[in-house]
Amino acid sequence: MRAEEYQISSEKFVLHSANKRLHDEKLETKPVSYLRDAFNRFARNKASITAAVIIGILFLFAMIGPVVTPYKVSDEDANYAYVMPRNEFFYKQGIPFWDGGREMGVTEASYILYKGIQEETGRTVIMSEPQIREEEYMGKSVSYYDFRLDTYNAIGVKFVLLKHAEYVALQQYQDENNIQVIFPITDPALRPQAEQDLNNANIWYRTKLGAGRKTTVVYDENGDFIPIYQADNGKDEYTSKMYWEGDEKLYNYAEPKDGDMWNVRVDYREYYRYLHYKAGDGIEYPSFLLGTNNAGKDLFTCLASGARFSFVLAIIVASVNLFVGAVYGAIEGYYGGKLDLIMERIVDILASIPFMIVITLLKYHFNVSHAIILFIAFFLTGWTGMAGSTRMQFYRFKNQEYVLVARTLGAKDSRVMFKHIFPNAIGTLITRSVLVIPGVIFSETSLSYLGIINLNTGNLTSVGTLLATGQNYLFTYPHMILFPSIFISLLMLSFNLFGNGLRDAFNPSLRGTEE
Amino acid sequence: MYMFKYICKRIGLMLVTFTIIFITCFVLVKLLPVSTTGVGVGEDASKIIAQMVSRGYMKYDEVSGGYINTPILEQLGRYLRRIFLEGDFGIGFNMPEYRGRAVWNVFIEKLPPTILINIYSSLLAVPIGIALGIFAALKKNKWQDHLISTLVMVFISVPAFVYASLLLYIICFKLSALPLGVMSLPDVIAAYPGKGYQYIPGEFNWPLYFNKKMFLSMLPAVFSMSFGSIAGYARSTRAELTEVLTSEFMLLARTKGLTRSQATVRHALRNAMVPIFPSIIGEFVSVLSGSLIIEKIFQIPGVGGLYLAAINSRDYDFFMMLSGFYLLVGLLAGLVIDLSYGFIDPRIRMGAK
Repeated sequence: MRAEEYQISSEKFVLHSANKRLHDEKLETKPVSYLRDAFNRFARNKASITAAVIIGILFLFAMIGPVVTPYKVSDEDANYAYVMPRNEFFYKQGIPFWDGGREMGVTEASYILYKGIQEETGRTVIMSEPQIREEEYMGKSVSYYDFRLDTYNAIGVKFVLLKHAEYVALQQYQDENNIQVIFPITDPALRPQAEQDLNNANIWYRTKLGAGRKTTVVYDENGDFIPIYQADNGKDEYTSKMYWEGDEKLYNYAEPKDGDMWNVRVDYREYYRYLHYKAGDGIEYPSFLLGTNNAGKDLFTCLASGARFSFVLAIIVASVNLFVGAVYGAIEGYYGGKLDLIMERIVDILASIPFMIVITLLKYHFNVSHAIILFIAFFLTGWTGMAGSTRMQFYRFKNQEYVLVARTLGAKDSRVMFKHIFPNAIGTLITRSVLVIPGVIFSETSLSYLGIINLNTGNLTSVGTLLATGQNYLFTYPHMILFPSIFISLLMLSFNLFGNGLRDAFNPSLRGTEE
Repeated sequence: MYMFKYICKRIGLMLVTFTIIFITCFVLVKLLPVSTTGVGVGEDASKIIAQMVSRGYMKYDEVSGGYINTPILEQLGRYLRRIFLEGDFGIGFNMPEYRGRAVWNVFIEKLPPTILINIYSSLLAVPIGIALGIFAALKKNKWQDHLISTLVMVFISVPAFVYASLLLYIICFKLSALPLGVMSLPDVIAAYPGKGYQYIPGEFNWPLYFNKKMFLSMLPAVFSMSFGSIAGYARSTRAELTEVLTSEFMLLARTKGLTRSQATVRHALRNAMVPIFPSIIGEFVSVLSGSLIIEKIFQIPGVGGLYLAAINSRDYDFFMMLSGFYLLVGLLAGLVIDLSYGFIDPRIRMGAK
């Protein structure tokens, strides 16, 4: 290449804007407001969005859950205590998961009892083929039966004492709906004699007192149970046949007891439905999505109500703290000087009182609902943090030129404070108050878990109480602690992620730092 | 010299705060009616009242013919005099097993398990947490970092009682690898008949806690305590170290010929530790206080359990002493953390205007 190729003649140069007048160009893009900018940054953070969705779902669960469930927190049925979680879908498909079943390993005597219940009620109690295993126990070989037990149907039949009128009403209900609720009464003379089985309504077959005062079954020549139903002896106005085919004998339904009471053997599943039909609360057969606890309360209802209480308390505490803290901090920061010094010492002292002491003293002094005590305690110790961050923002902005301009133009103190300076603090304050919510929920759960606060009255309960009860049955019925744990863990995790995202979103210096 | 002055000022301020809270607390407690919840079936309250009279909390009033509370200021005076002159923090009233026993002695007995479990968990948490944090920072934005950061987020968020229960269920119950709860002292004595262990009331009884079975029974609690702090240390170490690693003096260190590991250890780590070291010191001050929840789950016979029992049975002398103790430990930890910044990093000038 030669050098002259690079020489460009001067005619080729043309002035770009020779005859034009230059103006500032009009902005083509729209201005992005502070909140919009924050939102955009938040929306790019996938983890925070997921967390926000999970929080939303948990919040909906807490708000809608207690409304849609037919049960109330105060509803309890000791017969259905400790039943396993059941999802009707899995149950109907016969999938051995979340179907109200429980893996059991029991001795032969208990296995026969369950088999008897299954045979009499005609409903599946033993959900899987039992596996028999032999184990040494105190020098003897004992057989254990491993199988999946339907915890709902395992309740079987119960003795119930009814007044004559109730008994008649139950009979009518049976006739109208064509359902067998009452099963024939067993012959008192043939009932088991072992002390532990005296009131066991589920033994409807012939037994004898075996070794060690334990009930042993007597089978007929085919190896079947021999029923011990009381034949019709004229004492009971109602008699019936059993629903089994080929059994044409008439049996007594109830045995008269003292004082117009009748001892009736009811099929408890149907009787449960009858009781709720009478109460008219819309509950049919028992089915508990998350199982029940030791008192037979529906865990779904308890968890949803506890969650609702936690959310409501946390949101109220967060908003009150935000309001009081913001006003206090604004006054401190804006006026400064001696006022600030005094107000800061008050905050210092309040902030260093351990929360435990506050809550205990409140509990000792005021005989009101613990929910109110919780609120006061959270308020007393909580707003100081909010005041601190408002104060800091005010110190940063109060001597800036635009504030001086506003003051020179004659704006009143309150206007300068809340119109001109306060918006600068909004980002920090929103992040802080959102993070107050999981903090309050966590403290509330811990306190009720430790038993310092007792929220378990009437239709109120708390996640901490559920966790504390569940703890006692950790090894036997782990489902009782599982669901509250999942709830609180998910909630804390999502709130932490959400809070992180929010903090980044309200930090304008991060603008444009991510790809 | 100004440093010494500053420290004195801070200690003075702390004592003022402590005194105000403690005396307010005392007055609020003394405003309450005397509780006799500790009176068992078949007993009468006279026993407790007799105790109260002997301590000067109540006196016989001739006008009404019954026992009334002595004035609160008088009670406060006696209380403080006893504490400072005799080291006497009062006696138990309401908890049947501690009735009539000196609060201080019971407290001393309960201290070792709490302290030990805290120390073990700190010894476990600090190195592991810092190591994980350094590792994550060096592998920034690689899969190792993402894994550690996710785990850290999970362990920081999930409450201790959840993974304590999980540990208890899986390791102690399903696998039977460790005992279900912390051993009680009579069990320890029974387990080692040859060692001549003796339980002395009102003493620390340290020897009883240093043996294999006791140590093993403490492990589940130690693990559950340490998870949260491991995650905390890992998170702050990672955050500090990533920031330091991108700073310009690191570039200088590399250009003057240091290898990456030399530069990291000599320059980055030292600077990254400035905010972390004070919290380690703070942790070792607050080993005294422990966690109420972990003590409840693992049935640790420690200070936390005693505090809960005192709150629930309204034993005011115990409540006052333990509240004061927790308050002091909390304030002290905060003070130590603040002051240690100045000792660790000469760039931070404490109390300078």
